[in-house]
Amino acid sequence: MSLATTTLDFPIVRHPYRLLRPFRDSLSAGSRNLIAYWRVPSLLIFSTIQPIIFVLMFRYVFGGVVGLAGLIPYPYVDYLMPGIFVQTTVFGAIGTSIGLATDLQSGLLERFRSLPMSRSAVLGGRTLADLVRNVFVAALMVGVGFAVGFRIRAGVPGLIAAMLVVLFFGYALSWVFATVGLMTGDPETAQAAAFPVMAPLVFASSAFVPVTAMPGWLQAFAAHQPVSVTVAAVRALCVGGSTATSVLEALAWSVGILVVFGPLAVHRYRRAT
Amino acid sequence: MQSAIRVDGLVKHFGDVHAVDGVGFEVAPGTVFGLLGPNGSGKTTIVRILSTILHPDAGRAEVLGRDVVRQADEVRYLIGLAGQFAAIDPNLTGAENLRLTGRLAQLPGSVARARAYELLDRFQLRDAADRTARTYSGGMRRRLDVAAALVQRPAVVFLDEPTTGLDLHSRNELWGMIRELVADGATVLLTTQYLEEADRLADRVAVMSEGRVIAFDTPACLKAQLGNTVLEISLSNETEALRAAQLLAEATGFMADREGTVLRISSADGTRVLLETVRALNENGLAPTTLTVREPSLDDVFLSLTGRRTSTAGASGEVSTDRGRR
Repeated sequence: MSLATTTLDFPIVRHPYRLLRPFRDSLSAGSRNLIAYWRVPSLLIFSTIQPIIFVLMFRYVFGGVVGLAGLIPYPYVDYLMPGIFVQTTVFGAIGTSIGLATDLQSGLLERFRSLPMSRSAVLGGRTLADLVRNVFVAALMVGVGFAVGFRIRAGVPGLIAAMLVVLFFGYALSWVFATVGLMTGDPETAQAAAFPVMAPLVFASSAFVPVTAMPGWLQAFAAHQPVSVTVAAVRALCVGGSTATSVLEALAWSVGILVVFGPLAVHRYRRAT
Repeated sequence: MQSAIRVDGLVKHFGDVHAVDGVGFEVAPGTVFGLLGPNGSGKTTIVRILSTILHPDAGRAEVLGRDVVRQADEVRYLIGLAGQFAAIDPNLTGAENLRLTGRLAQLPGSVARARAYELLDRFQLRDAADRTARTYSGGMRRRLDVAAALVQRPAVVFLDEPTTGLDLHSRNELWGMIRELVADGATVLLTTQYLEEADRLADRVAVMSEGRVIAFDTPACLKAQLGNTVLEISLSNETEALRAAQLLAEATGFMADREGTVLRISSADGTRVLLETVRALNENGLAPTTLTVREPSLDDVFLSLTGRRTSTAGASGEVSTDRGRR
């Protein structure tokens, strides 16, 4: 039975490699986001200047105090930088919320949803572009770290493994913030909504100070939340020592976040008005 | 012959707002169909359902025989949509915007590229092809947006208030492009708040109010019902307006609608009505403060169909809720 018998004479010409549609469309949509970073460098400022300020502030202003407390058996800068790597990807992910909310408000998502493109491609493309941005920002932060005295204690393979853990965590977070962006629907609200999600994750964590310095009620949360767990894995890979457990825990968090927020974000995309 | 668009018993509610409340119509292939109505009358919601963006709560909608819910993916291969706000990426150039749309419409890269430049030529954007859309004027953005809706050579095109916010020149240009589109064999559904636009472009018009179709006709018949011209006479106060209305009815036989200090007479013979009205008023020492002869507007259509003005005119006191994108 052919559709042509029941419909007007408008045959549908599908792309020859139909199964590749989600990937092809994600690349098309993602290239759009990368071009935006290239043409509007100010989009990158929040995710580059801001972490540099954090590095300088924690390294030179708070670092002395934290070091004096005697909670860390090695230089504070080596403790700090793994925290900065993770914190940077978390802050950067706000861009995902703002970008999608902007597209939603401008009517661009409306057009995309009327096209025969994969339903996951706008999000796939956006998160892919954010991953590329995170590679750039992570490399920059490693450079900044070296400039302020950060040294890898576990060799280059350790650093590369650490960066992969950071990037995977950042990718998973993009889907969380994509969901936030699609639920709010305008850039200002998206930014306002993303901050309370982000702030406790970054600051009530072991990113900048050991959780043992926090009050007991906060420690329970701070020790097990995804940022702390990921920072612990990254730190272990940079500083050396046993890594297997912490890395597995970190990957488990990232996979868990992806499994929950991937489908949720796509669902929100289909429903967004 | 089969319809290009068929809508039957369509319902869409947003909470308590009955955005679309039982709408049905058919559009013949190769014609222009106008949905005419004020803000919040349900036009945009219908367009969004037909373009597979929204699911209806009840009823059916088909595009070229394909159900917009069950065969949404197939429908998307056949349609083009230009929404109320130009859906273009300001950080991409005009050419990049069209190529991206083409690729996402599943055209092979080389075809998308060729099609992009063809449309840039046709929409007089070739000179601006390599400038980012951020630098475009409002009229250029709108043209690029309509061009993007045509990248995949859609058989059915949805244009949601295509000329809103355009100056006269850009509007006339866009009207010309829409006519060309139909000459090429496409079917066009456009929404508008302007009777004039529907009159210039549409073969048939559905007038919408509060989620329902309240009239379904050719633009010519709609206008003929109203008379082709409207004469508006403003007087300095209500007493004079009442006197003038009474006087006109006695002396000339013209029945004027009065609203406050304004009298309105619809007629097929505007010149004669104008002359006789002026003479009658003058002979009786009544001097209008302003006197306007104009084509009937959506507001006049509404007044004659429903006995009240569109809510945009603010007289009915009803607040319309437009569930389109803000």
